[in-house]
Amino acid sequence: MTALTDPQKESFRLSMLLNDSRYRSITIQIVTLIAFLTLIGWLLNNTAQNLADLGKEPSFRFLTQPSGYDINQRLLEYTSQDTNLRAAFLGLLNTLIVAIMGCIAATVVGVIVGVLRLSNNWIVARLMTFYVEIFRNVPVLLWIVFTMAILIESLPAPNKFRGDTPEASMLLGDSVALTNRGFYVPEPLFSRSLGDLDVLGDASLRFGISLDLVAIVATLLAGVLLAGLFAKRANRIQAATGVRPKTWHWRLGVIVLPTAALLAYLGLHWGHPELRGFNFQGGTYMRNSLIALWLALSLYTAAFIAEIVRAGILAISKGQTEAAAALGLRSRRIMSLVVLPQALRVIVPPLISQYLNLTKNSSLAIAVGYMDITGTLMGITLNQTGRELETVLMTMLIYLTISLVISGAMNIYNNSVKLQER
Amino acid sequence: MKRTVILGALTAAGFAAGAASAATLDDVKARGTLNCGVATGVPGFAAPDSSGEWAGFDVAVCRAVAAATLGDPSAVEFVPTTGKTRFTALASGEVDMLARNTTWTFSRDVDLKFEFVGVNYYDGQGFMVPKELGVSSAKELDGATVCIQTGTTTELNLADYFRVNGMSYEPVPIETNAEAQQQYLAGACDVYTTDASGLAATRATFEVPTDHAILPEIISKEPLGPLVRHGDNEWGDIVRWTLNALIAAEEYGVTSANIDEMLGGTDNPEINRLLGTEGNLGEMFGLESDWAVHAIKVGGNYGEIFARHIGEDTPIGLARGLNAQYRDGGILYAPPFR
Amino acid sequence: MTDLSYVRTEMLPERDPPISTSGVIGWIRANLFDGISNSVLTIASLAFIYWVLSHFIPWFWSPTWNGSSLGNCREMIGAAGKEGGACWGVINERWPQILFGFYPEELRWRPILAFVLMFVALIPILFNMISRRWNWFLLALVLFAAVSFVGSGVIAVLVQIVLAVTMAYVGWQIVTTKGADRADQIKAGAKRLPNPLLFSAAFVFIMPWLLWGGTIWTPLAAAFGFGVGWGAFRLVSPKFGDLAGLILGVVTTFVWWLVLTGPVASGLNGVLPVGLEPVQSRNFGGLLLSVTIGVVAISVSLPLGIVLALGRQSDLMLVKWMSVGFIEFIRGVPLITLLFVASFLLNVFMPPGTNFDIILRVIIMATLFSAAYIAEVVRGGLAALPKGQYEAADALGLDYWKAQRLIIMPQALKISIPGIVSTFIGLFKDTTLVSIIGLLDPIGLSNSIRADTAWNGVVWELYGFIAFLFFILTFSMSRYSMYLERRLRTDHR
Repeated sequence: MTALTDPQKESFRLSMLLNDSRYRSITIQIVTLIAFLTLIGWLLNNTAQNLADLGKEPSFRFLTQPSGYDINQRLLEYTSQDTNLRAAFLGLLNTLIVAIMGCIAATVVGVIVGVLRLSNNWIVARLMTFYVEIFRNVPVLLWIVFTMAILIESLPAPNKFRGDTPEASMLLGDSVALTNRGFYVPEPLFSRSLGDLDVLGDASLRFGISLDLVAIVATLLAGVLLAGLFAKRANRIQAATGVRPKTWHWRLGVIVLPTAALLAYLGLHWGHPELRGFNFQGGTYMRNSLIALWLALSLYTAAFIAEIVRAGILAISKGQTEAAAALGLRSRRIMSLVVLPQALRVIVPPLISQYLNLTKNSSLAIAVGYMDITGTLMGITLNQTGRELETVLMTMLIYLTISLVISGAMNIYNNSVKLQER
Repeated sequence: MKRTVILGALTAAGFAAGAASAATLDDVKARGTLNCGVATGVPGFAAPDSSGEWAGFDVAVCRAVAAATLGDPSAVEFVPTTGKTRFTALASGEVDMLARNTTWTFSRDVDLKFEFVGVNYYDGQGFMVPKELGVSSAKELDGATVCIQTGTTTELNLADYFRVNGMSYEPVPIETNAEAQQQYLAGACDVYTTDASGLAATRATFEVPTDHAILPEIISKEPLGPLVRHGDNEWGDIVRWTLNALIAAEEYGVTSANIDEMLGGTDNPEINRLLGTEGNLGEMFGLESDWAVHAIKVGGNYGEIFARHIGEDTPIGLARGLNAQYRDGGILYAPPFR
Repeated sequence: MTDLSYVRTEMLPERDPPISTSGVIGWIRANLFDGISNSVLTIASLAFIYWVLSHFIPWFWSPTWNGSSLGNCREMIGAAGKEGGACWGVINERWPQILFGFYPEELRWRPILAFVLMFVALIPILFNMISRRWNWFLLALVLFAAVSFVGSGVIAVLVQIVLAVTMAYVGWQIVTTKGADRADQIKAGAKRLPNPLLFSAAFVFIMPWLLWGGTIWTPLAAAFGFGVGWGAFRLVSPKFGDLAGLILGVVTTFVWWLVLTGPVASGLNGVLPVGLEPVQSRNFGGLLLSVTIGVVAISVSLPLGIVLALGRQSDLMLVKWMSVGFIEFIRGVPLITLLFVASFLLNVFMPPGTNFDIILRVIIMATLFSAAYIAEVVRGGLAALPKGQYEAADALGLDYWKAQRLIIMPQALKISIPGIVSTFIGLFKDTTLVSIIGLLDPIGLSNSIRADTAWNGVVWELYGFIAFLFFILTFSMSRYSMYLERRLRTDHR
């Protein structure tokens, strides 16, 4: 009907910038870019002028100055004479600890609660619904404060352990003490320790790596790899002959025996906490602030995870289970081979975003005096140096990095399990 | 389209004009209210009552300044600030002055660029312990768990003290006095350290105050006082001399009860100058001649304010101690009104 | 085959199921003691519930409602012969403060009215289930109640009469016409009452005016900004195309708001001063502060979030990257850092001399925060739309904006409503963080209350009361959101 003709050679007109779709997108982008740059420039200009008025040039010199304050929970050695940067670094480590512990606990509790909510036991299901609703609908800050208050009000103070007829006593053969200052548990000690490997010498970010730990982890990993080889061999034999040889004792042996030998070589013994002076000494000490924050964050997040898990399980249609049963799979294998892989695809993306929320909520640590990055860099350091701009921006960047790493991991996982659609 | 909410809000609430370096007195007069930064709640020093009226020892300073500049002690907008936000609030012009138990230190004065106009309470950091611990000196606190209120100079003093004395300790940093008190009472810390006034105030509200002892060591000097921004000396003078007027009034025996009588003229020229019946002190910094009369009438002189909010007859029960007039063995010493 | 010896030809009478599987016992067996593990779980749960209640109830049931201080409470508890118990006197004395903060007592009808009106305004948006007449009737009822509560004098009586007549008329109409008849009438072209969405739109301006007070001309002038923008759009678009019109419309609207609204409003107010007593935002406190921050932030962030979501889906690389960058940045940092920005830095970013108070700064940051989350919710709604909808819109020859406005957005937003409500719940709960930067929200106020020597040491009662308030509000909202989700799901199946 129409003949294909060469497009007319139009001469360029100014109005084409707006009306011609070939140019329009470029116009819009340039206009946006200009507007954006103007905005940024305006903000920077204001900031510079305001700071000049206040007589505060942006400077990061405070990072190399002594912090002057102490941090109670320190994974690395630190004194009040160390720099603010090192204080921030220790705070960051504390953030990561509570975030990782919280994610693990929240997942465990969340999965259990999610499954129990579907239980046919009426009272358990109701109890779990109650738990989920009450935790989801009250601000997390209140939960953190609550948990702390419960901990310090309900557990005995260390001096209750004192005296001839103490009001409280240690558990598990005098090895564990639950006090309202925190939990004291035995710590592993090595009489023939390999020592630490110090990294970064004298810098603020220096840290030591325990060679004992490295050796143990390496032995364990090697054991697991070996056990994997055994399992592979068993699979091969099963495929060839139909009979699966018993290998579990071999597999267990290669994991446990070398590790046990290594521990014996290192001279493992346990350091028990003991009441000396004002506090228990020795052992590993989990402070009440860490416990409160950890419990509150994980219980709060677990309520959300429970809903996600429940939705994930409900999303798998009954036909899947029935089809698997028709194929003759046993119920445990149905769960592990058919339902879970499919449910995980639904569960994991929102689960990871809950991990992200937990990590971000850990910044409420200051409410219970847990010295995380918000408590050190954006807390006492900010307050003592008066460097608001620098500390707040640094803290934001650190959290942003953590979040991006987590969501990057999520994207990789998501791509690997994505349904291959049309 | 709902974006206008913010604009409506902005215009309705008004861009509180606050140029950081312009004449604060003019701003205050134009606005008709004084913006005064106070603590979010410290027993005896600043707390809102059930009808939302702020009261306390620090609050009284704000009211006196409002009365001196505007003639109306209720023309104050109280801006609650935390230990962290107080300096920004002052530097950015959100408040005209800060009356929030703030320690006068070199770096705050010089580096943070504030002007401390005087001291309304001489304090020092102390320790409180339960008597059952049997501790009688802070030197015996090696290995103790110490509750500290953060956002103050307290944590630095504490770190220094324990380091110098070669002792170890376990710091428990806590945001608010109320939570620190809870932890201390439950035995989650052995020691509670903050300014001695705060310790006394806290102890006074315990169920059995006598079970707790305040240790004799005072490990720091904490001169607490109101402060203003650098660069507006006239405004600094007004706040400084309002505070001095309250202190001087006590020295000369001017009280809220007898001030009207004294306005009729006394044979002490210093009092007459203070009350503006002689000379023109008020004019010199742009206020009415009876500015000090307004300030003193609000809550009386320094002694009366002290007695009403934190004195020995209140639940807080603080003795005057260092905060007595120099004649009575304290170090309050107002410069002459001349 | 034929010599079957016995075949029963009639049915046996039905028998009751065994007693162990029916009735209460049966229910208990089936639901509580079905197997060993279930029985263990049941007993453990019962023990747990008993343990909690046996501690909680004696504490809760404490005759201290009239206590005047903590010491007084302790005496009362001692007089009642109890070991310990709650001190409810603090709630009795301070609950108005926890609800309203420092909002002047005689003006508290304004926030109450604003939030009741908000429900009326939300009905056509969220529920969409009652007729227009009912909606207007409800509005007249609320206003009538408000006027009779606060108004006095001739004008109030006149307004009351007008409202009462309106109510009577509309009510009579509702009563006399059946729903089915009305539907037929509407089909036949009967005149309907105006769309209640008009009030919803107007409410956007009424709410800040009620809360903050000031002259009526400010919201009117701000609303007029849309008229200005629309006029500019209509003037320009025929000549230079829709896009240029749109840009110019937006620009003129903003110019109007930023430059002209203030002078025009104050000028008009000079001529005809009508208004409410202004209330400074620093007098906002308690739950009122939380709700205000939440509601204002979420409603302002809605358009912002939609723009961001569209930007994220845009083909224009630069726009897309900027949207992604903004969304990921905001979602990557904790709210508390943004609140610190509001508290410490926002004034530094603004031109020297500007200084708006901390609550507005917090609202600005909360808006940016929720905009990023809303953008993701809307993006989810856009992604959930079948591709066919986009293609159909293209096939009809609609341009981008028309397609968005007429086809995509109405559907995508509808799907997004539950997500938006959840975002709001999250934001509302997160408003408690403002206590960390010194604002007196319920948690912040609880600290101030404990600074009163009478109440020093009260912990559980205050936190419990606050938790209860939040629970009531968020629980009902989340129930509503679930209901909405269910309803929307049936629509699509």
